[in-house]
Amino acid sequence: MSDTADRVKKIVVEHLGVEAGSVTPEASFIDDLGADSLDIVELVMAFEEEFGVEIPDDAAEKITTVNDAITYIDAHQG
Amino acid sequence: MRRVVVTGLGLVTPLGADVETAWKNIIAAKSGAGTITKFDATDFHSNYACEVKPADHEYGFDPDKRVDHKVQRQVDPFIVYGIDAAGQALEDAGLTEMSEEERFRAGCSIGSGIGGLPGIESESLVLAAKGPKRVSPHFVHGRLINLITGQVQIKYGLMGPNHAVVTACSTGAHSIGDAARMIAMDDADVMLAGGSEGAICPIGIAGFGQARALSTGFRDEPWRASRPYDKDRDGFVMGEGAGVVCLEEYEHAKKRGAKIYAEVIGYGLSGDAYHVTAPHPEGSGAFRSMEMAMRKSGLELGDIDYINAHGTSTPLGDELELNAVRRLFGNSIANLSMSSTKSAIGHLLGGAGAVESIFCILALRDQIVPPTLNLDNPSDNCAGVDLVPHVAKERQVKAVLNNSFGFGGTNASLVMKAI
Repeated sequence: MSDTADRVKKIVVEHLGVEAGSVTPEASFIDDLGADSLDIVELVMAFEEEFGVEIPDDAAEKITTVNDAITYIDAHQG
Repeated sequence: MRRVVVTGLGLVTPLGADVETAWKNIIAAKSGAGTITKFDATDFHSNYACEVKPADHEYGFDPDKRVDHKVQRQVDPFIVYGIDAAGQALEDAGLTEMSEEERFRAGCSIGSGIGGLPGIESESLVLAAKGPKRVSPHFVHGRLINLITGQVQIKYGLMGPNHAVVTACSTGAHSIGDAARMIAMDDADVMLAGGSEGAICPIGIAGFGQARALSTGFRDEPWRASRPYDKDRDGFVMGEGAGVVCLEEYEHAKKRGAKIYAEVIGYGLSGDAYHVTAPHPEGSGAFRSMEMAMRKSGLELGDIDYINAHGTSTPLGDELELNAVRRLFGNSIANLSMSSTKSAIGHLLGGAGAVESIFCILALRDQIVPPTLNLDNPSDNCAGVDLVPHVAKERQVKAVLNNSFGFGGTNASLVMKAI
């Protein structure tokens, strides 16, 4: 697993209070990890802080799985 | 009128995070005070408080027992304490498995004096340092006072009255009184009722310090700082925690064979209409609150065995309450014991009235009244009143009165008796 993936996973586990094993690349934040829309706002904020990227609202709306987040961050990181 | 009884209790306090531990320590005359650990309070008016202890402490609080990790992250401590105390009360009452029909008739009335002060403080600092896009999306609903009730109702599926009192240090008593009326008026059969506070944070200590309300003179011996009725008292010691009772309509409780701790028989409430922080100089509001509760209870003055006083250890308030008690009870004052458990756990503000009502109920159960710690030199005004100095006292306890008074000139009194 890439460095980005590890750090994303850590943030998801911490914020959503889920088991690390359930944070697979395909896992949907809402359907599989019990997040609601505000949790996603919080996760996006945490990703922005951790990786120094800006994730605009329209892009954030398309991030629905763990892998979506990793892909976006890898593509936009400075 | 439908009768209202208490069938469950829940406590999170600086002396224990369950009912039996907290009560054992109260009766053993322990103090929950110490140097503040949540932040460095060296340069503050007061650097001591009665904090809820961490999970690894002998009588600490483990939030993981009843509060989801995700919720813990999103909300202020007062909500976490409140959810846990409410869960304890519901479990104690044996009502965690109610049908949907029953849950339609089960509600909550759990308030707080000032709510999510630590989170308001910390997120304000985030706003100032990093701007609006870094403020938590959970900021608002993680700080709102009615979100103990909100969280508890979601967790346990309760769909009856969803209520939260905000009357400063009278919150806990008003919460129980209001909830008892909701049951009496047939709005619900079961109500979780109480109060919570978790405001030991820099802005909280600074604010109460600037209001000249806090004890400041006992930095080296914080356990001596809360000393209601003593000549050397110099203000209250901030506490934190929660108390929640499960109230239930009497026939409902009897039908399911519930254990009944006490009956709520009197509720009085009044306003001082005098000053935002200072109590009325003749204790007029306190007097009328107690008088109303006694009148509603149908008891004689001589029937009250124990008063859990508001007694915050402030120079002015303690004397005025004592005067009001003296004026109402007259010669009957010789029959009763009156103590302030704030001497042991500090002032839980919005949680105080509920936690102290639970101590009253336990006094009824165990026929013992808790002590007033540090009462070394009672004020001149105390003569002829049994203020239970230093050690708990075994005695007959058939009926009890609890007083709570708050900023804004708000007063509440509850009368309860054994069944």
